Amino acid sequence: MNQGEGVMSQWKGNNGLSRRQVLATAVAASTALSAPAVLAQGRPRVVVVGGGAGGATAARYIARDSRGAVDVTLVEPTRAYYSCFFSNLYIGGFREYASIGHSYGALAANHGINVVHDWAVSVDRDKRTVGLAGGGSLSYDRLVLSPGIDFKEGSVAGWDLSQQNRMPHAYKAGSQTQLLKAQIEAMPEGGVYCMVAPPNPFRCPPGPYERISMVAHVLKQTNPTAKILIVDPKPKFSKQGLFEEGWQRHYAGMIERIGPDFGGDKVEVRPASMEVVIDGEVNKVDACNVIPAQQAGRIAALAGITNDAGWAPVVAHTMQSRADGNIHVLGDASQQGDMPKSGFSANSQAKVCAMAVRGALTDSKVYPARFSNTCWSLIATDDGVKVGASYEATDEKIAKTDGFISQTGESAEVRKATYEESLGWYSAISDDMFS
Amino acid sequence: MLALVPAGGAWSADAERGKALYAQCKRCHQVGDGAAHRIGPHLNDVFGRAAGSLEGFRYSPAMKAAGAGGLVWTAAALDGFLSEPRALVPRSRMSYAGMKEATDRADLLAWLRLSSGGGPDRPAAEPTATPEEYGLDPQLLTITGDPDYGAYLAGECTTCHRPDGGEEGIPAITGWPHDDFVIALQAYKRGKRVHPAMQLVARRLSDEEIAALAAHFRRAGDEP
Ligand SMILES: Cc1cc2nc3c(=O)[nH]c(=O)nc-3n(C[C@H](O)[C@H](O)[C@H](O)COP(=O)(O)OP(=O)(O)OC[C@H]3O[C@@H](n4cnc5c(N)ncnc54)[C@H](O)[C@@H]3O)c2cc1C
Repeated sequence: MNQGEGVMSQWKGNNGLSRRQVLATAVAASTALSAPAVLAQGRPRVVVVGGGAGGATAARYIARDSRGAVDVTLVEPTRAYYSCFFSNLYIGGFREYASIGHSYGALAANHGINVVHDWAVSVDRDKRTVGLAGGGSLSYDRLVLSPGIDFKEGSVAGWDLSQQNRMPHAYKAGSQTQLLKAQIEAMPEGGVYCMVAPPNPFRCPPGPYERISMVAHVLKQTNPTAKILIVDPKPKFSKQGLFEEGWQRHYAGMIERIGPDFGGDKVEVRPASMEVVIDGEVNKVDACNVIPAQQAGRIAALAGITNDAGWAPVVAHTMQSRADGNIHVLGDASQQGDMPKSGFSANSQAKVCAMAVRGALTDSKVYPARFSNTCWSLIATDDGVKVGASYEATDEKIAKTDGFISQTGESAEVRKATYEESLGWYSAISDDMFS
Repeated sequence: MLALVPAGGAWSADAERGKALYAQCKRCHQVGDGAAHRIGPHLNDVFGRAAGSLEGFRYSPAMKAAGAGGLVWTAAALDGFLSEPRALVPRSRMSYAGMKEATDRADLLAWLRLSSGGGPDRPAAEPTATPEEYGLDPQLLTITGDPDYGAYLAGECTTCHRPDGGEEGIPAITGWPHDDFVIALQAYKRGKRVHPAMQLVARRLSDEEIAALAAHFRRAGDEP
């Protein structure tokens, strides 16, 4: 449904029709059909919603590689993107806040991208328009949605967004991250920091546990008798062996994790009294970081392309929505298969999407999709670990083909080099998104 | 054994040992008669030269600035640089953590002094990494890659390697000579160079794809 009729439907997927052929058909039929945006504007139009790891990369690659042949508009409400990646390092005191902030200026200046600072609030898939909170709408030939995540209401009893200042999630970076850091630093001597960890699937599988490491790093210096409590609904977590080895080595006795076998999946929070109730037992805490269950950013649901689990299923070869071939979904919001929800993954998917979009709207070559991901985590000063994998597109999903992970017991030299590598990655991916 | 006592005379150095240590530098630098720029600049007549000053090599802005600011490659400066390159020139593109032992550096510099200057002792330049070193088929170097395909494949590289050739923690690869690029990736692909992430990337690249990437990054080096 919603593919449109006649001429419109020819824009679906890579069906072998060149843009010129489509135009010819469109001109012939233009008396009968309302002209697609491509005729009105002279250039095919791409609208990208969300200027994060997926959206900024896609906008930049489509605009850059089409050399002006495609009109690209990026819709993003914030003027500066504060990356979740490395936001834990900011909490740990390894990065300045300003160093994880990025402006959209170069995307406009260097690539002619029209950056609109607004929220997308609706998608009309028949008319192929995106409505903006500030009024007005943008028409598109292809729409790219990379809105990241939103939280599932009611997933942690006692918590909703109105409580995010007392019990921050800090799982969208920015003022939430600053707030959580300040609360950790303000903990009384010997106080308790509690994290309510999310169920699968969620953005950045090692993210909560890297955060625990960074919180421990800070408390060990400033408040060494403080305790860290993790309430976790999952039996296992990413890089578990590496994290637990590191916590034992650097933060022995400080961190306690309560998994589902001890009620980690039966939690209620009471923000007013700063209490966390675990399987009926009340714990008083001093800082509480609630990371709720997650789903695709709301605009994906408003566009009507999400499944019951709240994610947007996509075709692996092109990142097109399975519900509408005119829409591509990237990053955390997509349900694509084996890739973890990470900035690296979103960036990788964006390049495949950009190639597919250019292929569909111009005559550029299309190569087989390939994807990769590496996630670095910092456990303590100069103690970095990583996990990575390669992926290919199958008709069913993005499928993992190969991978590696850091080993327990690695030398300090290897761990330091791994950390330094992560600095190089951060610097490169930032440029790959925003330069 | 060649021994050499520098002007300061505080230590005696073993140039023969230095030659063996130079094997680490050889991946990127040539020195001796016929030496040319490879991944790094050639090292002929390096003693006494201003940093970042050779024609025809794309230095990092940091290295150029260091030279403009008065850094000259005296033996002492080279010794300091080798011990930890980025302590002396932060954001240098030289991808080398440092040579910790002072005697190693002294030996290396002794050999470099013999090979770098003019005169009868100067050996012919050895090639940087060769296919034979890794047991690779030299035919791999003759494949002509499609730089446009390379440009698409390079999307996987630029998530970690800065395309402008700047570097921090991860080596710059823009502008690398074709052969050096192919040899490095082929060596990762076959597990002869060790790095889990690079082996992962290289394992699924075909010989044609490696050639395509080499062509792309060579071309990218010529862009302003
Ligand atoms: C603590 C933490 C640590 C992490 N560490 C790493 C790491 O080390 N490495 C890594 O690779 N990944 C890491 N991640 C994961 C990474 O941040 C995400 O996977 C990545 O940002 C996903 O990219 P995205 O484009 O899907 O979403 P985002 O980067 O979140 O971008 C979404 C953008 O869309 C905008 N938006 C949302 N809705 C709308 C709308 N309706 N209209 C307009 N704009 C909208 C938002 O403002 C936002 O800017 C981490 C995450 C967290 C929370």
